[in-house]
Amino acid sequence: MKLDSKAPSGPISEKWSKHKFEMKLVNPANKRKHTVIVVGTGLAGASASATMAELGYNVVTLCMHESPRRAHSIAAQGGINAAKNYQNDGDSVYRLFYDTIKGGDFRARESNVHRLAEISPNIIDQCVAQGVPFAREYGGTLTNRSFGGAQVSRTFYARGQTGQQLLIGAYQAMMRQVDAGGVKLFTRREVMDIVLVDGVARGVLARNLVTGELESYAADAVILATGGYGNVFFHSTNAKMSNTTAIWRAHRRGAAFANPCFTQIHPTCIPHSGDYQSKLTLMSESLRNDGRCWVPKTPGDRRPPEQIPDDERDYFLERVYPSFGNLAPRDVASRQAKFRVDEGRGVGPTNVAVYLDFRDAIKRLGEKVVSERYGNLFDIYEKITGDNPYKVPMRIYPAVHYTMGGLWVDYNLMSTIPGLHVLGEANFSDHGANRLGASALMQGLADGYFVIPYTIGHYLAGTKLPKVDTQHDAFRAARAEIQGGIDRLMALKGSRTVDDFHRALGTIMWDKVGMSRTDAGLKQAIQEIQTLRSEFYEDVRISGDKSYINPELEKAGRVADFLELGELMARDALERKESCGGHFREEYQTPDNEALRDDENFCHVAAWEYSGQPGRTNWNRHIEPLSFENVKLATRSYK
Amino acid sequence: MASANSKKINLKLKVWRQKTRADAGRFEEISAPEIPVDASFLEMMDIVNNRLIKEGRDPIAFDHDCREGICGSCSMVINGNPHGPERGTATCQLHMRKFHDGQEIVVEPFRATAFPVIKDLSVDRTAFDRIIASGGYISVNTGNAPDANALPVPKEKADDAFNSATCIGCGACVAACANSSAMLFVSAKVNHLAVLPQGEPERERRVLRMMQTMEEAGFGNCSNTGACSLACPKEISFENIARMNSEYMKASVKRRD
Repeated sequence: MKLDSKAPSGPISEKWSKHKFEMKLVNPANKRKHTVIVVGTGLAGASASATMAELGYNVVTLCMHESPRRAHSIAAQGGINAAKNYQNDGDSVYRLFYDTIKGGDFRARESNVHRLAEISPNIIDQCVAQGVPFAREYGGTLTNRSFGGAQVSRTFYARGQTGQQLLIGAYQAMMRQVDAGGVKLFTRREVMDIVLVDGVARGVLARNLVTGELESYAADAVILATGGYGNVFFHSTNAKMSNTTAIWRAHRRGAAFANPCFTQIHPTCIPHSGDYQSKLTLMSESLRNDGRCWVPKTPGDRRPPEQIPDDERDYFLERVYPSFGNLAPRDVASRQAKFRVDEGRGVGPTNVAVYLDFRDAIKRLGEKVVSERYGNLFDIYEKITGDNPYKVPMRIYPAVHYTMGGLWVDYNLMSTIPGLHVLGEANFSDHGANRLGASALMQGLADGYFVIPYTIGHYLAGTKLPKVDTQHDAFRAARAEIQGGIDRLMALKGSRTVDDFHRALGTIMWDKVGMSRTDAGLKQAIQEIQTLRSEFYEDVRISGDKSYINPELEKAGRVADFLELGELMARDALERKESCGGHFREEYQTPDNEALRDDENFCHVAAWEYSGQPGRTNWNRHIEPLSFENVKLATRSYK
Repeated sequence: MASANSKKINLKLKVWRQKTRADAGRFEEISAPEIPVDASFLEMMDIVNNRLIKEGRDPIAFDHDCREGICGSCSMVINGNPHGPERGTATCQLHMRKFHDGQEIVVEPFRATAFPVIKDLSVDRTAFDRIIASGGYISVNTGNAPDANALPVPKEKADDAFNSATCIGCGACVAACANSSAMLFVSAKVNHLAVLPQGEPERERRVLRMMQTMEEAGFGNCSNTGACSLACPKEISFENIARMNSEYMKASVKRRD
């Protein structure tokens, strides 16, 4: 397998402009002759669908939800970064590029990251023009806040509901194209396979979730914008339906999976409270602008927080990272919280939490200002925990939140399957080993509004595409294979529910492929996952029928894929014998517990090619070397 | 992972069961013993479903996804209230500590002609998407935008737009309305875009088209009881409807095409 990044030559700041000029174009009259399938309607999928239809392409958009507006981008809280420098505080495209490369611990491709930073100001312009109600100053200009890993204020926000407002903007733009006929929208469709004709992606096979029927869709190119795979851990901040199935099936058809072990554990989530729990809820990183993280200095101090005087509190992020303080990046802040809990200084009923305290902010700003900034987050917290964060410090603990890994893509966002493009969280491209806060929304919209509309034309204009319709043998074969898999699952009639297996997988993943990893633990995880997978195919029980809405059957297909992906994540973590970003190997750390990178041997992207046979997983590991010509490789320090 | 010692309660559910859109449907009594009070309503449903599966019975279908009260998927009428008894709360954020031991809970789908049931508690709300498609946007193609600060918007207006824009499109307003009207949903979008200068060029066309689509989809009219706003998990203000009526009147007078 050849991994050609296709990154343009020339100075970093001119690569994208040069590439835009050099790319082939499809003339306006020919665009309507091309059909493009978009899978997923989150920020990346909806913005791509809208923009390509505006250009004149025939877009066929599928989503598994009952409405495209339900996609999980909707839940993003804190904000979106852009190098506008409206605050006049020294921001620039170059600084956003630099912060993102450094924040990603030097494991992202420079060319892609610079393009992302370049595009970022256009995103804000576009969203404002659509009517996205960002927070504003009294004078009418846009306001900003700070986020982790940055020393400038470049985050635009709409209270704690930025993802919702941006997604609704993209959704509305897409629905306008549905009305105009440029986008054909199919909801409650789950993509089960990518159909290849002569090695080129020419369509998808989807299951109609209402009728259970398998449907074929043919096109000239396929775009996956199906989000991340954090739900492999069972407990994560992801929505319950978020899954890996579309990208995993593409992976099994030949798309390389890059850096699967790069998982983001978000430091500020509402802690786990019981076995019945179905998911974890994020408390936005923006809270760390004003909230202070602390634990008691003495292990086992069980006094209520208000009775612990200041000199007996350890404001650990401010102590360890004086220059970034509570705004240390996510991976770093998460590990510090874990260390405190491991030292026996955790708080709350389970002792697996730290405080995020607003006492001083309320004293300084008053309850009204704090409520204006974070009101809805405080409400969510109170609903879930029954505690009032205006009076009692929040209890928080890290939880799985985002996956930096994903399908490998080149500079044009095309995977190793020709014609198959991957956008947003589903690809691996921009965040390296750790994503900075407020950068996921930026990447999703950059890919959808401003990158794929150009690069898809380049692909279509430069490729000979013989006519293919859904009667082609490749569609029939895929359909038979998928139908066989469904029938096999339905016939098992075992004794354990899909959730039982999913929880068991999640426990293995969290304990051994989570916040800290070891050689022995990862090897054990691989074995345990393989065993669990065999048990799944013997003992899972799916009730109901395949011919009407059956959420159990849907979940079973997704969990079957997670059971393979989990193994690959462990293998990737095992092979990456260094610590970087969210990947922390206990064997590789500095004396003060910071991640110890190995640039000599691991300054690369690991891209895994699936080579398994039915019933037996296997992979070949390939590498794409990373070179840092603009940002000098350096030890990341936030001290 | 450690588990906090959560108090448990026993409940009796009466749940609407309906296999397909064509099926008549009926209530089924299902007991729900040993439910932790710290669980959310949907987690209670998960517990019940896992037990049903182990008994070889069909689990209860319901829409859900983010479980953070923002995606708008969850859609149940609980003891007569869309999203249950707690104000400003979606079903996924409703916790079992709001119920008492031994309580009977009646769980039904959102009911409206325009929201046909497709299975159990799951309904088809695509009529909302059709309403948005008919005008709930600002027509600006990607790449046409001026600098974001070129057009200042007073903070009060931005906040006003935001308050309407927080609608999650769940449809509780329709379920709560005696006439199954979608006026709160439609007016939230109309006002979000009408108060912003960017929305001005399409202001009249938008409200006329969206109202027409709403009527065609089979939603009823508003009779000013305010039940919609009380049921809304985002507490979208009832005032939106009055403001939209005024938008609609002005637009109708100006445009007779």
